[in-house]
Amino acid sequence: MYQQIASNVRRSWLLMFFFALLIGLIAYAFAQINGMGYSGVVLAVVIAIGMTWVSYYYSDRMVLSISRARPLAKEDNPYLYNIVEALAIGAGVPAPKVYVIDDTAPNAFATGRDPEHAVIAVTTGLIQKLDRLELEGVIAHEMSHIRNRDILLMTIAVTMAGVVTLLSDWMVRYTWRSGRARRRDNREGGGGAEAIILLVGLVLAILAPFFAMLIQLAISRQREYLADSSAALLTRYPKGLADALRKIAADPEPLEVANKATAHLYIYNPLKDAEGYMDRLFDTHPPVAERIRRLEAMER
Amino acid sequence: MFYILGLLALLIIIGIASYNSLVVSKNRVENAWSQIDVQLKRRTDLVPNLVETVKGYAAHEHDTFEMVTKARAQMVNAGSVAESAQANNQLTQALKSLFAVAEAYPELKANQNFLMLQEELAGIENKIAYARQFYNDSVLRFNAAIQSFPTNIFARWMGFTEKKYFEAPEADREVPKVKF
Repeated sequence: MYQQIASNVRRSWLLMFFFALLIGLIAYAFAQINGMGYSGVVLAVVIAIGMTWVSYYYSDRMVLSISRARPLAKEDNPYLYNIVEALAIGAGVPAPKVYVIDDTAPNAFATGRDPEHAVIAVTTGLIQKLDRLELEGVIAHEMSHIRNRDILLMTIAVTMAGVVTLLSDWMVRYTWRSGRARRRDNREGGGGAEAIILLVGLVLAILAPFFAMLIQLAISRQREYLADSSAALLTRYPKGLADALRKIAADPEPLEVANKATAHLYIYNPLKDAEGYMDRLFDTHPPVAERIRRLEAMER
Repeated sequence: MFYILGLLALLIIIGIASYNSLVVSKNRVENAWSQIDVQLKRRTDLVPNLVETVKGYAAHEHDTFEMVTKARAQMVNAGSVAESAQANNQLTQALKSLFAVAEAYPELKANQNFLMLQEELAGIENKIAYARQFYNDSVLRFNAAIQSFPTNIFARWMGFTEKKYFEAPEADREVPKVKF
């Protein structure tokens, strides 16, 4: 269990490192080709941060209203509240606010910019269809997302992807525009080396956003595995979460409030249908069978 | 000359950083311990209400009520850690008897107030368990930190000693005997 967590955290750092490398590469290529140089990179970072961090700061309110979640008073469901508070004590975080989504499809998510402003939302279907141990497993998974600062990490990853996309986009536009200008007044040779750099930069600029998205999704999948392992450690009962995942995956009901913007937050991808290899690369969540296998492997 | 000074400065910075992280770790352990007490107190506070509710239906079960009330008083008056641990055990036993008694009264079992208190108590006992688990996790981190190289060299000199894990008392390790 501890081993899984340690290797998982290492892998997350490795992915972030590759991401930084990709940004470095693009930034360097950008500075070489474009007249704006490194100030252009700074501008891209500022814009990317501006775009993502407003939604990060208000993440709780935004996601809750999209999902039509309503706050739950302790008197209305002390059973659920006690589970959340107990797990918060075990995880060493302040108890998050509890919200409920009126939907028979079982699912849950956690959001909020830091543990002090955290929120856990649960569907009525989840409360009804899971027993106590399974519900504890799911809430422990969400609590682990909060404790591991996954919302912050994914916001950073999205910001980095944003920087790559912006720089790539500007590079392509610049080379397109400057290419035409250069062709007009540079009739003789000597532009050979420059043309190669331009070409490489162009190829990089087209491929980079694609790689950025792949890395971002890989990070998302890693953090899901980490949340599973942390939940198993928190409850000391991996079977609870494994059984819950099995039940949720087998449930045929679609989650009505789910859409592409919020799908990555849920414990089980609500938009799941096909299961090809290419789908796996573009998935925010790891395949359920593998998640269950890893959890059951923890039991000795 | 500069190299030696630089190395010294680096060692001092590392020393300060280690010391500070050990201080934080130690305080987390102490905080985790008090959190257990918070939950224990909530349980003690719940008891009078529970006793009153059961008395409403099973007024003649004097022995059980006395046992619970006495155990609760001991819990409130407990001084040292050992005393409080023992009082806690006695309260747990007394509560078990109280619920065993309540089994015989179907109207009591259907009473809304009783059900709510039962759920509250179960919730608090769950929280006590998690608080103890978190305490043990904090102790693990602290002990591992002061035993690891290079911090272990100066940890004892700085006054950091190993903390003890919370252990279930012997009585709790026995398998409970259920009589029908």
